[in-house]
Amino acid sequence: MAEFINLYLIPGIAIGCIYALGAVGISLVFAILRFAHFAHGDVMTLGAYIAYSLVAAFGWSVYAALPFALLGGAIACVAIDRTVYRPFRRAPGIIVVIASFGVMLVLRSAIQLGWGVDVLAYETGIRRPLPLFGDIRMAQKHIIIIAVSIAIAAALHWFLSSSRMGKAMRAMSDDADLARVSGIDTERVVRWTWLIGGGLAAAAGIFAGINTKLHPGIGWDLLLPLFAAAILGGIGRPYGAIVGGLSIGIAQEVATYPWIGGDPLVPPAYKNAVAFFVMVAMLVWRPTGLFKGRVL
Amino acid sequence: MDITLYGLMMYGLALLTMMAIYGVLCLALNLQWGFAGLFNAGIAGFFAVGAYATAILTAPESPNHLGGYGWPPLLALPVAMALAGIIAWPVGRICLGLKGDYLAMATIGIAEIIRLVFKNESWLANGTMGISTVPRPFESLGQPWGNLAFLALVLAIVIALYFSAERAWVSPWGRAMRAIRDNETAAAAIGKDVVRFRLEAFVLGAMVMGLGGGLSAMYFKFIGATATEPLLTTFLVWVMLIIGGSGNNKGALLGAALVWLIWSGTELFTNRLPAEWITRSSYIRTLLIGVLLIVVLQRFAKGVLPERPPKRID
Repeated sequence: MAEFINLYLIPGIAIGCIYALGAVGISLVFAILRFAHFAHGDVMTLGAYIAYSLVAAFGWSVYAALPFALLGGAIACVAIDRTVYRPFRRAPGIIVVIASFGVMLVLRSAIQLGWGVDVLAYETGIRRPLPLFGDIRMAQKHIIIIAVSIAIAAALHWFLSSSRMGKAMRAMSDDADLARVSGIDTERVVRWTWLIGGGLAAAAGIFAGINTKLHPGIGWDLLLPLFAAAILGGIGRPYGAIVGGLSIGIAQEVATYPWIGGDPLVPPAYKNAVAFFVMVAMLVWRPTGLFKGRVL
Repeated sequence: MDITLYGLMMYGLALLTMMAIYGVLCLALNLQWGFAGLFNAGIAGFFAVGAYATAILTAPESPNHLGGYGWPPLLALPVAMALAGIIAWPVGRICLGLKGDYLAMATIGIAEIIRLVFKNESWLANGTMGISTVPRPFESLGQPWGNLAFLALVLAIVIALYFSAERAWVSPWGRAMRAIRDNETAAAAIGKDVVRFRLEAFVLGAMVMGLGGGLSAMYFKFIGATATEPLLTTFLVWVMLIIGGSGNNKGALLGAALVWLIWSGTELFTNRLPAEWITRSSYIRTLLIGVLLIVVLQRFAKGVLPERPPKRID
């Protein structure tokens, strides 16, 4: 039992937090701008590399670099929106998706040019997991990933439920035209959407880098579980995306537990297949997701 | 014959063959996106299925992977197409009742799963090392005649596909497809089975993508993990179709030729860069292609050869 919790459940929760942070951005962009942002994985990668540069340049701990990288990811997203996505506001949604392909190519190749393609790490050496109680142990990185994610989720909750901007976002998500005629500055809402989505994506990218290693494909590899999480939670529902992310993360890890016989039930190389099957199952049975999101 | 002239000719042959193979893929995507408005983000998956199926059926026996069936190449291609279609069918069945973005997410998923399978199941296709003994038709003719004959084969396939696609465009089938693309509700109201038409376009397109994969495996005599990466298939083909002009079969072919010329032309240029830059040159090209895609979408969304409304009947 302790082995199951230590090696499968806790890492699953940590990965679930990473998915949740990324999926919230995808879901928000969907709610406000009505398109599936395919470059979101590469925004995560960008955030992770910005943090790496700060760690390498100033010798900071990666956790000290986190807020700055968050800001970097947020500003990058607003800049991308200004230059690339804004001209498509009145175009059919699917055209913007193709444009996000272009953004994905640009971001990834820029990262490969700027930082190279080698596998990097924020810190070297191995840390022993900390004993919590009984046989339950938790790696320090997992504790921090989960704690910071909870803090970010709480801040997000406050923002969406209590601030004027959060209210405006909800209004625009329900009906963009109605929000506009009610005097809401929709471009400002869009800007905030990207700030939040980009910041969360950067955090998710950094956590993914802490959890394993840093490489230019780190975000792209997470894109499939992120979409699965967003669909599971209900597209356009940020809280749903959190639940969806956690569920997919835990499901992926727990599926590799040797439930039957001595071999992993699902070979670890096929973790992403779990996310895919959850996504397909949701599309078949309940395309609105668990939390009654939008059906496109 | 002059050595440099000969080299130039071989380069030209290689260039044309690649353009033709990408032409096949672009016509396939045009069938899905241009005709039916279906957003397929998993071209790499269907391409890989076709390529690996062709490789396994035709390659000589090897302890490293499944094979040794010794099929003649031209018989393997239809099987490759059928397999790609069989994989596309359930995906389409599930997603095509829903709108565009879902299909994009599901196809990117299926491509990812296919990539994982070929990467991890080393008994099947030798894992990341790939299969490097795929026979190419006409190679017994030697250089350059074998290459020329293979180019002729691929060109014949492209021409056949082009004329079928042109015929389909003006046929009642093509008209219904465009009607569904432009106004789903209206098309359904006059009794068109929307999901069925979309499924036909999606599966047919996926089959042609499998054909493109098979041709590519034959041409390179190799299929490996790099071929299942989305960059050179999914993204490059999208860039080609958008730049050439979606909804126009001529545009699809022109886009394939044009973008491949840019892609391999920049390679000629970047190979002359200092050594430390050569390794990075492929990223510069990717950057360029990404910027090109965005600029074309913003400024000339219809592409070089835009879709033309059908002729009026007076």
